[in-house]
Amino acid sequence: MSVTLTRPRLHLSGDSLVLVEFEPRVAPEVNARVVALAEAITAARVPGVRDVVPGYASAGVHVDPLHFDAAALEQVVAHAWDLTGPERAPARVIEIPVCYGGAHGPDLDAVAAFAQCTADEVVQRHAAPDYRVYMLGFLPGFAYLGSVDASIGAPRHLAPRERVPGGTVGIAGRQTGVYPCDSPGGWQLIGRTPWRMFDATRTEPAVLRAGDVVRFRPVPASEWDLLAGGPWA
Amino acid sequence: MNTAAGFTVVRPGLLTTVQDLGRWGHQALGVPVSGPMDTFAHRLANGLVGNPPAAATLEVTLLGPELRAERALVAAVAGAEFVLTVDGRPVAHHSPFTVPAGSVLRFGARHGGSRAYLAVAGGITTAAVLGSRSTHLVSGMGGLEGRALVAGDVVPVGPAARHDRPARTARPFVRPSPGGPAVLRVMLGPQDAWFSRQSIEALLHEVFRVSTRSNRMGFRLEGPSLTTVRAEEPLSEPVPFGAIQVPAGGAPILLMADRQTAGGYPKIATVIAADLPLAGQLGPGDVMRFTACTRAEAHSALIARERELLRALPEEASV
Repeated sequence: MSVTLTRPRLHLSGDSLVLVEFEPRVAPEVNARVVALAEAITAARVPGVRDVVPGYASAGVHVDPLHFDAAALEQVVAHAWDLTGPERAPARVIEIPVCYGGAHGPDLDAVAAFAQCTADEVVQRHAAPDYRVYMLGFLPGFAYLGSVDASIGAPRHLAPRERVPGGTVGIAGRQTGVYPCDSPGGWQLIGRTPWRMFDATRTEPAVLRAGDVVRFRPVPASEWDLLAGGPWA
Repeated sequence: MNTAAGFTVVRPGLLTTVQDLGRWGHQALGVPVSGPMDTFAHRLANGLVGNPPAAATLEVTLLGPELRAERALVAAVAGAEFVLTVDGRPVAHHSPFTVPAGSVLRFGARHGGSRAYLAVAGGITTAAVLGSRSTHLVSGMGGLEGRALVAGDVVPVGPAARHDRPARTARPFVRPSPGGPAVLRVMLGPQDAWFSRQSIEALLHEVFRVSTRSNRMGFRLEGPSLTTVRAEEPLSEPVPFGAIQVPAGGAPILLMADRQTAGGYPKIATVIAADLPLAGQLGPGDVMRFTACTRAEAHSALIARERELLRALPEEASV
């Protein structure tokens, strides 16, 4: 790959968060570096580090300022910032079943109107790509996935819905994601998975983590109960 | 773990939640940290009853609860100053006291601050979720069924580590300066370069008021509008407690204990760790000013704050 690697910059957000920032763009090769660096920082057990959090193009290192060893973090970053390449384990591929349209996807027709195509074509275009999990946030287990086919990238609603059921799959521009639990939400809702995307009682509470590859598999609504347990039941 | 009944909730107060030092280590999964709005008062209350700092307390907001002891308990309250009574007899703030079995601890009138912490020897022992008992209201995680206390709830309390030596009374500690705006020190950034010079000046010289549309996630601030000089928004990135983010409308939001793990609004500045307890004592209508400081000043301020906490407590207490 002939991508020019840019050294990350360390930036402070107050005295309790260090942001290790790469080029500010949404790109798999940038995010891969973020995920690799976050793993390296976690593994290095730098004194005073409380949490390491991948973002789109930056890794957030939450620290206890009284016990944080800034020099140790800088050293880890200096050695690990370009830790990407064929030697790394391939990304996990997670295939998520989705019942599109109907009560599960009340905005499917609106997205079809936006895309000037049929609802079936929206489903095809949404289920076709391999999506990358760039980061998690917003709610426990909520993964920001990119990138949605531009033709179906409808903007979010101006007024968010008060309650979106957990499992609902939405589109917001080039982003797509699955609401992990019932919550307010402004995305265009096109379907719903029977899987529980987050459950704090599981050994791995979140189905997805940053760096994963996600595919959506259309399934008929009649299979909802069959799939409801997910692979953890 | 001992989960014997400690208190029964007679009246829950406005917003009373179980909090420990927070659910750290899971933000990569989008799990918010939560924890006390005023961590120092939480630690002080724990220290006064001989608990470790990470023991869970009850965070009491603006209007306090009435709690009936199911067995004799040693308790202490720190943070916001309420008139406290046990079966009608006054007990002191910032000082350990006994609540006999069957008697009622009542939080009465409030004289300063917004949030008090009730520590009980042995700690609140609701089930831990992902390593923490902290209640996160939006995701319904931790505490009692992920929600604030309601009348009739039974709050479990663990076995006390020691009852033999009552701790001394602590000195008054973190409280908003009466009458005037609270002064919160900030480090500018990480996106201060996105804002107009006038907006930085406004942030550092004008007064901001906590809106009534504020909660444990964040304080909406009323005051001068802050404007960015760039059309785009930053990519979503991790955010800390104390970040001041500015949505397109120009009204800043100070991120607090229940903040989301990441945000995509530009952040003009971040309140330093030493002053977060003071921010955590502000309530709707309270006013604040921001003043800029360096990382070195933030470090000194935090050390000074920790010394204050150590001095406030008996020597054998751990904070």
